[in-house]
Amino acid sequence: MLLGESGSGKSTLLSMICGTVLVEDGSVEVAGQDLSKLSAGQRDRLRAEQIGVIFQQFNLLPFGTVLDNVLLPLNFAPQRKSRVGDGRAVAAKLCTDLGLPPGVMFARARDLSVGQQQRVAVARALIGTPRLIVADEPTSALDAQSQALFLQQLFDQAAINKTSVLMVSHDERLGDQFDRVVRMEDITDDNRVAA
Amino acid sequence: MIFRLAIASLFARAITVGMTILAIALSVALFLGVEKVRTGAKDSFADTISGTDIIVGARSGSVQLLLYSVFRIGNATNNITWESYQDITERPEVEWIVPISLGDSHRQFRVMGTSVEFFQHYKYRQGRALELADGIIMSDLFDAVIGADVATTLGYSTGDPIIVAHGLASFTEHEDQPFRISGVLEKTGTPVDRTVIVSMEAIEAIHVDWKSGAKIPGQTTPVDQIRQMELTPKALTAALIGVENPLRTFALQRAINEYSQEPLLAILPGVALQELWGIVGIAETALLAVSTMVVVTALIGLMATIFSSLNERRREMAIFRAMGARPATILGLLVLESILIALMGAALGMVLLYVTLVIAQPMVDQAYGLWLPIDAPSWREVRVGLAVVAASAIVSLIPALRAYRMSLEDGMTVRT
Repeated sequence: MLLGESGSGKSTLLSMICGTVLVEDGSVEVAGQDLSKLSAGQRDRLRAEQIGVIFQQFNLLPFGTVLDNVLLPLNFAPQRKSRVGDGRAVAAKLCTDLGLPPGVMFARARDLSVGQQQRVAVARALIGTPRLIVADEPTSALDAQSQALFLQQLFDQAAINKTSVLMVSHDERLGDQFDRVVRMEDITDDNRVAA
Repeated sequence: MIFRLAIASLFARAITVGMTILAIALSVALFLGVEKVRTGAKDSFADTISGTDIIVGARSGSVQLLLYSVFRIGNATNNITWESYQDITERPEVEWIVPISLGDSHRQFRVMGTSVEFFQHYKYRQGRALELADGIIMSDLFDAVIGADVATTLGYSTGDPIIVAHGLASFTEHEDQPFRISGVLEKTGTPVDRTVIVSMEAIEAIHVDWKSGAKIPGQTTPVDQIRQMELTPKALTAALIGVENPLRTFALQRAINEYSQEPLLAILPGVALQELWGIVGIAETALLAVSTMVVVTALIGLMATIFSSLNERRREMAIFRAMGARPATILGLLVLESILIALMGAALGMVLLYVTLVIAQPMVDQAYGLWLPIDAPSWREVRVGLAVVAASAIVSLIPALRAYRMSLEDGMTVRT
């Protein structure tokens, strides 16, 4: 988990890890690849193939169905798509495992409750078993009970898929649930931060 | 799936997108409508006369002669004497000749004096002959054959009496010599539809009591007496000529133009028509330019719509970027949306055009005598639609490139 106060650069660091912001000094390695040595297109492809992203506000496409949203990353990641095989079936299973009712697959994202949107966002990040899930303060808008449930579901699915989870938060209490906690203020020029 | 999402995104902005589609549809309908009217008018004019090699009238302008003799637009400055007409008739190049006498009217319709040969030799729309819908051609001195529009507008049918008015805008009628409708012509889409046709002798007969354009006071010759009179016309307005050998057309034209007894003008209908297109060409171009500007305005509206949606769609772009979409994909999506909007606009424009044509066709025909054919969309119309779609893709590149830069700057950071 990446801990830090607001404005400490957590989101910028996530963008660097995802390859949408390039570091001016040093290097960022994701899945064994130095991002600074990749072209913009290669970084986009790496992000599509290896990283699942969960935003703070879940950020689903409101006009798309649940199925559209869950399958969205596969449009940009051919290998991930081929790993999935029958996308619809896998998406449906993921949603069911995350506790979404079966009839919700063709509902518009804008019509879902916040809790349902949260689960769809997790399913979208998990589909195609990316090697890393990057979650930017996904629990900040949730009460304690919902936070616990959300993290439990995320960890369960990540364990099944053998996916690492890098979560950004400013809530120190959540640190107990992660293998490693890195504080933004502890990162110095000499540190090598490995996720 | 991206294509389906693009459509879903458009539906999510249904009102804005709908208005843009409507603007494009109206501009496409207007552009194609102007084209339809333009080509319809050209075809209608070109189809009005067929198989006539030369038109002869008093010396004036060739376009003027064509307009008044064939299209019943405007008036002759002078007449041709019957003697000159006889001289032309006797020339060896002439296979057939039909006299035309214009000047009188019935309600808003022109009355044309001619011979029965007119029905045999007048051809329209690539050689189609006049056909009677009802009755017969003139067999009596006071018989009249009316065009389809005359019958429809005035509710006339065979056997009805009609009274011809003197001149074109006169309140004086030839009420002492009423005509009887002997036949009604089939619709032709030419000025014949709006013409009352009588014999040359009948024109002479109704002017027995007239001199120098005015009725002789107190003189009313009984019809029975008129029937006994020598009614050979003294003058005519114009004559339609078919030549024996097409190679001799120019020789006959030159001979008539150099006719020494009277200043005459012989024109070739096709050449005069080309001259007419040359005159109206500037107006045509202006009309086309205005309708093109309307299409351009609609496309600028499309560009403005995409521009104004960029800020509210930053979240959407950030989601796509986070999922691995390249900035070029974002650019492509916006261009694809524009193409879809333009396609729907162009298709709706076509539908609007044809619905308007179906509704307006009889009214335009009735009001202006302009027959607008309702055919399947031509290759030219399809090309116009495709050009609008291509132009929309080009104009959308401007906001799309802005979105491209925004997606590079924002990355997966959601800015709203």
